[in-house]
Amino acid sequence: MSTDGPRRGRLWDWFDRRLGLAGLERMARKKDVPVHKHTIWYYLGGMTLFLFLIQIVTGILLLFYYRASASEAYESIQFIMTDVKFGWLIRSIHHWAANLVIVTLFLHMFSVLLLRAYRPPRELTWLTGAGLFVLMLAFGFTGYLLPWNQLAYFATRVGTQIVGVVPVVGEGMLRILRGGDDVSGATLTRFYAFHAAVLPTLVFLLLALHLFLVQKLGMSTPPSVKKEAARRRPLPFMPNFLLRDLVGWLVALALIAALAAYFPAELGEKADPFAPAPAGIKPEWYFVFMFQTLKYLPPHILGIEGEVVGIMSFAVAALVLFMVPFIDRRRGDEPAHPAFSLLPYLWIAMIAFMLFMTYLGYTEAVPDLAPAT
Amino acid sequence: MSEGSDGLVREPKRDDNGPPGPPRRRRFLNWLLGTGAGALSASVLYPITRFLVPPELEESTTNQVTLPIRARDVAANSGQVFRFGSRPGMLIRTPAGELKAFDGMCTHLDCIVQYRDDISRIWCACHNGHYDLNGTNVQGPPPRPLEEYVVIEQDDQIIVTKDA
Repeated sequence: MSTDGPRRGRLWDWFDRRLGLAGLERMARKKDVPVHKHTIWYYLGGMTLFLFLIQIVTGILLLFYYRASASEAYESIQFIMTDVKFGWLIRSIHHWAANLVIVTLFLHMFSVLLLRAYRPPRELTWLTGAGLFVLMLAFGFTGYLLPWNQLAYFATRVGTQIVGVVPVVGEGMLRILRGGDDVSGATLTRFYAFHAAVLPTLVFLLLALHLFLVQKLGMSTPPSVKKEAARRRPLPFMPNFLLRDLVGWLVALALIAALAAYFPAELGEKADPFAPAPAGIKPEWYFVFMFQTLKYLPPHILGIEGEVVGIMSFAVAALVLFMVPFIDRRRGDEPAHPAFSLLPYLWIAMIAFMLFMTYLGYTEAVPDLAPAT
Repeated sequence: MSEGSDGLVREPKRDDNGPPGPPRRRRFLNWLLGTGAGALSASVLYPITRFLVPPELEESTTNQVTLPIRARDVAANSGQVFRFGSRPGMLIRTPAGELKAFDGMCTHLDCIVQYRDDISRIWCACHNGHYDLNGTNVQGPPPRPLEEYVVIEQDDQIIVTKDA
């Protein structure tokens, strides 16, 4: 087994005979990264993975001091921020990497969409990626509540209320999500369980499959740069591309450390379920476009509540997005079907819509408060 | 189609004709890389290590407490645990009627002791350690006597202090 590589000493041989390291190494070295003008987009998946690893490490560290109860959560974060050595740094890094991981995830997803890397045989890679995307948003949503401050409390009230709007199952789902009729200490422990146990488990399963598929199927070359990719020598993933990845990760780490040092995560005021909602309640920035869109919908559309129409539209749009490999079905190495040649413009329109709504959400003159429930 | 990999393993080109031993520039670069990697690991591991060490809580500076019980409510040949700052204390009234107070933590393995009226001794249930009414370890594993506190009775109030 160990005859086809360079000799690496007896320790390697010992493990190789038991684990088949040579086979693993062959698999790791099998992948080549095509070089062309869009090669830069290949770095985003690895970057997202790195940011997620930061979240795991800092998240585990925060667990050492965090207490998930309505009476102690806020105080325990205060303790982390003021008394624990480097507590402010660990929490701020968790805060900033959480935001950046969503940024790179958006970029990763949209680059795959626009370069059509989702096409057969990579449907499962796309679907697992879409699942991971949803899980990461859930991470953000549940993690936002954990400090138990005013802003998070009311954002969670509004955010969970959205679920209640869904016809038929909404009411039940709302109760399951909140752990009761209202956002309370029960919601906090639930979100904590999701954030620190349920979501990580699901992510690991999907992530393992996602990475395995990327390794097995190799990188997709966009049809538009096939000639260029054929002309230039591809980069071996191990170690050439991985080392370039590492450089990017170092830069990201430095950036996060700087952000954490200059803009540490804030804590705000402790949540008070009997205080009026403070002005400027907003969800995390990546949900703003949805909330903003819902505000513009009339109370009733074709006799159905405007909110219901809006939320169902978002659900349908997400479903179409996730099913795109089964719509645009030509193999990855074939030119696009003429019917779908305009697909990228649809995605660009979608991105533009999201950016515009987010912009409106942040510039609106009078911040809308939590909708009357 | 690029995914049809040819399975070739590409080794970086190596200059096998150089002088024996790594060239100076390579050695310098390796040193630079190693130092950088070391500094990076240190700057990541140091905050994490410090984070994990729990912050010093304010050391209990309690030297004196006034118990929330009245002296006349403490029966002879009885004992009870009270709070002495963050530590448990053991208040007893001897069969002879004298009020005494001790540290409530067994000197063996930090269990909290109790008063046994059947044998008139302070007793630790964990490993059957016995102390007499002066807090002296008389039987079982405890290696040292219990630290005795000073008890002051004042207008039916019980004040326990560490030093007179």
